[in-house]
Amino acid sequence: MLLSSSLFSGFSPEIPAPAFIMTKLLEWLFGVSVVGAAWALVSFDLLDLSLPQTYREVAWPMPLYLLVSFGCYSLATVGYRVATFNDCDEASNELQEQIKEAKEDLRKKGLKM
Amino acid sequence: MASRKTSPNRDSRDKYSILLPTYNERENLPLIVWLLVKYFGESGYNYEIIVIDDGSPDGTLEVAEQLQKIYGEDKILLRPRATKLGLGTAYIHGIKHATGNFIIIMDADLSHHPKFIPEFIEKQKEGDYDLVSGTRYQGNGGVYGWDLRRKLISRGANFLTQVLLRPGASDLTGSFRLYKRAVLESLVERCVSKGYVFQMEMIIRARQLSYTIGEVPISFVDRVYGESKLGGNEIVSFVKGLITLFATT
Ligand SMILES: Nc1nc2c(ncn2[C@@H]2O[C@H](COP(=O)(O)OP(=O)(O)OP(=O)(O)O)[C@@H](O)[C@H]2O)c(=O)[nH]1
Ligand SMILES: [Mg+2]
Repeated sequence: MLLSSSLFSGFSPEIPAPAFIMTKLLEWLFGVSVVGAAWALVSFDLLDLSLPQTYREVAWPMPLYLLVSFGCYSLATVGYRVATFNDCDEASNELQEQIKEAKEDLRKKGLKM
Repeated sequence: MASRKTSPNRDSRDKYSILLPTYNERENLPLIVWLLVKYFGESGYNYEIIVIDDGSPDGTLEVAEQLQKIYGEDKILLRPRATKLGLGTAYIHGIKHATGNFIIIMDADLSHHPKFIPEFIEKQKEGDYDLVSGTRYQGNGGVYGWDLRRKLISRGANFLTQVLLRPGASDLTGSFRLYKRAVLESLVERCVSKGYVFQMEMIIRARQLSYTIGEVPISFVDRVYGESKLGGNEIVSFVKGLITLFATT
């Protein structure tokens, strides 16, 4: 399961709301700025660390690489999940059978449809 | 409330209130009620069915009254409203009248099969979860009657939501769930969204409040009778809802 770790904590505090909730938007902005700052530091050598040229050459196109690989990962994941999305044929057949049974039984019990 | 594993379900003090919001479900209502009675009868859990009809012009309420006569007023409760006030407020209305310590929310259109309810209940007891959500996206879960396009949209939207919101549950837009009563009350109080997005917000807020979530794979069968009411512009409202939740939760 996707969510095993936090699931088994086994208790539910009555009023668990934290005083300040970081919205997902803020979390993302924060994350992106941290990564962006690190990237700028290395690619433009902002701190004058005199990093070797190769570091800068690798770092410079990194955002594009990350974006492209994330895009590929997304497409692959969604594609796989669409392909493996269960078609519940038996569920539908079972329901059809039960609908017949139910209608008959309800008629006997005096329901006027 | 602790689970009583040793005694049969019949002796358990737990009671499950099933909320069935209906709008023009004359054909489906008797069938879903019949199935609920069947599966609760077999599993022996204590239950009540609360039908919240919003003045359906097709006479759903009359059918519900007949069902009440057949199955008894302790099992079928009618809490109708005069006009169509929407799904979100229908739940709030239903909760007020529920006497169970657990509440099950499901559609009345046969997309959600009552056979899964005993599994929901066992799952809940297993981890003392605050809520148990049905999921179409995991294990043996799935759908019936969907074409490739609809599957693609559904999976794509779900992936995007997982990436942006990391909700800790795999099926956000599904509405087949079991809640501890107090948990549902506190969630409903906080949720502001309408319609489609309401289900998403419920589960996001649940995670935010560190409620524990269990999941049970379900098969979702497209409605056989009647018309879809939420259809319209589902994608637009989904995107709007996603952005709102992204910025506010
Ligand atoms: N009381 C009440 N029930 C409603 C209202 N709108 C929808 N419902 C019920 O809520 C459930 C879900 O609505 P559906 O129309 O099935 O929505 P959906 O599942 O997104 O769409 P389809 O399954 O494609 O029709 C059904 O049991 C409806 O009868 C409403 O305004 N008031
Ligand atoms: Mg439906």
